[in-house]
Amino acid sequence: MSAQNNSGLQPPNTSAAPAPSRFRSGMMGRLLTPGLVVILVAIIAAMIYGATGGAARREAWYTVLLFVGLASSLNILLGYTGYVSFGHIVFFGFGGYIGFFAIYQLGWNLLPASLLGGAAAALLALGLGLAILRLRGAYFALATIGINEAMKALVINIPALGGPNGMVLNFGIYASYGGAAQAQWTVYWATAVLTLMVVLTSYIVKKSKFGLGLMAIREDEDAAEVMGVVAPRAKTWAYVISALFPGILGVLFFFKASNIEPAAAFNLNRSIELLVMVMLGGQGTVLGPILGAGGYQLLRTTLLTSDLALFGLKIKDIQLAVAGLLLLIIVLFIPVGFIGWLRSRSTRLRRWLE
Amino acid sequence: MILEVKNVTKVFGGLTAVNDVSFDLEEGQILGLIGPNGAGKTTLFNCINGIYPLTKGSVIFRGQQLNGLPTYKVADLGLARTHQIVRPLNELTVRENVMVGACFGRKNMGLGQATEVADEVLAFVGLDKRAGLLANSLNVAQKKRLEMARALAAQPYLLLLDEVLAGLNPTEVTGMVDTIRKIREQGITIIMIEHIMHAVMNVSDRVIVLNYGTLIAEGTPAEVQGNQEVIEAYLGDPDLAERLLEEERG
Repeated sequence: MSAQNNSGLQPPNTSAAPAPSRFRSGMMGRLLTPGLVVILVAIIAAMIYGATGGAARREAWYTVLLFVGLASSLNILLGYTGYVSFGHIVFFGFGGYIGFFAIYQLGWNLLPASLLGGAAAALLALGLGLAILRLRGAYFALATIGINEAMKALVINIPALGGPNGMVLNFGIYASYGGAAQAQWTVYWATAVLTLMVVLTSYIVKKSKFGLGLMAIREDEDAAEVMGVVAPRAKTWAYVISALFPGILGVLFFFKASNIEPAAAFNLNRSIELLVMVMLGGQGTVLGPILGAGGYQLLRTTLLTSDLALFGLKIKDIQLAVAGLLLLIIVLFIPVGFIGWLRSRSTRLRRWLE
Repeated sequence: MILEVKNVTKVFGGLTAVNDVSFDLEEGQILGLIGPNGAGKTTLFNCINGIYPLTKGSVIFRGQQLNGLPTYKVADLGLARTHQIVRPLNELTVRENVMVGACFGRKNMGLGQATEVADEVLAFVGLDKRAGLLANSLNVAQKKRLEMARALAAQPYLLLLDEVLAGLNPTEVTGMVDTIRKIREQGITIIMIEHIMHAVMNVSDRVIVLNYGTLIAEGTPAEVQGNQEVIEAYLGDPDLAERLLEEERG
């Protein structure tokens, strides 16, 4: 601490040169950073790697890209705005159901059905946001769990959506997409492109005035409002954006799976795994959820397919136990996550790790 | 009048924290708001900028009723404040903290302009060397300056300063008082809550005094200093000891 800065409040020194601006002038200048390059390279490399090794690799990397998209969506609410949504998977399930219904019952094409699913999820978030975003901390988190469970119970009781059994697509439907094998590729590329869009959106939000407002809310909502941040509106938009993409991804996922049922659509375990991914990589960073989701999903696949046994007993759902343990370790020791930790270690790395 | 406070009353349960307070403030003035601990000074600030809904009365700012407006609307109209207990946005940099004030305050600036304004204001309060650091790395005196910088970046018409001098050493107090004068020179009207008497008496055009939520005196610093009720509020009855002694003797 230099003496200069302890010498009290100096009147303005007009001859002092202004401190160099962190941002280059103009919006494009602000957005084009080394960090963006890292992010784009990571996603595009994953896209291409997943597409160049046959069906098995494609399936593994499809789930990686899917979860990168979901985790990055959640991060806009959790990481930037500081609102913990335990039930974020509700948007994946709800969007999935609406889009699936449009394909199954109304005979819509996948593209408009996906957009419909996204719009439905965003609208749900808009309605919910106005109601529950005034809750803070643990109350909001609990409300999101409640909504997921309530939605599951609701869907089970709607015969048009197949009730507890859900809906199953006739296999013939894939003919109009060039056959089942081709449809799998279509979904893979659509998911990959969408994930790229999620990540870009996440990056743009973080670099924008809107994002600055969200982060101010995360740090101290009351103080942010005193400074003029219209918190109710900003939070609602963050919620809507973070719900839009999971809705679309849900339609693609269930179209690919050719069936949808309440337990799979509104799976709370998935929701918690999403949280682990975001926390693991680093909440509030763009790169964190990408690495967190990728790392966790690859670990999960390994654990699911391994014959890991404890005292001769095969452990079911070991990935969930590992997820719980990871979450505990992160929260206790590195609450900022992997990327957050790297960023705090080195200012030079900070430019590259957004 | 930039601000008219009329019969403002704030009741918490059975406690009347602010009781029927009225005063006017002319543009360009510095108004000192003093009173013993617990007199309701910060509560009055909270009533003015919309943190608390009023139990009774009204606040009119540049011709507009503030009653019932949320704090962000009040900020938008050009009223900024600092907090007695500092509230930095810890995980944002010092510059970003100030940019929040600039972006969402009266002028609703874009990021580019906000960056420039933030750097100017940080130089003004002497925090320019800390601009890139996280706000939680500042010490208390620096955090007070950050509070002030954030409020200034909004380019408000009226600035509410809540004990910005508390906890500063004498040199820092002198520096801060200079800064406050400079802010006034920019045409910003100021209400300041302060406990450091020589500072507040020096810098204020007018002073109002609260005691137990009630406005007990109003006037120039000299008038207020000579006011019997004010002296009693701070020191107790100066003649009481003498009277008690008289009684004992006689």
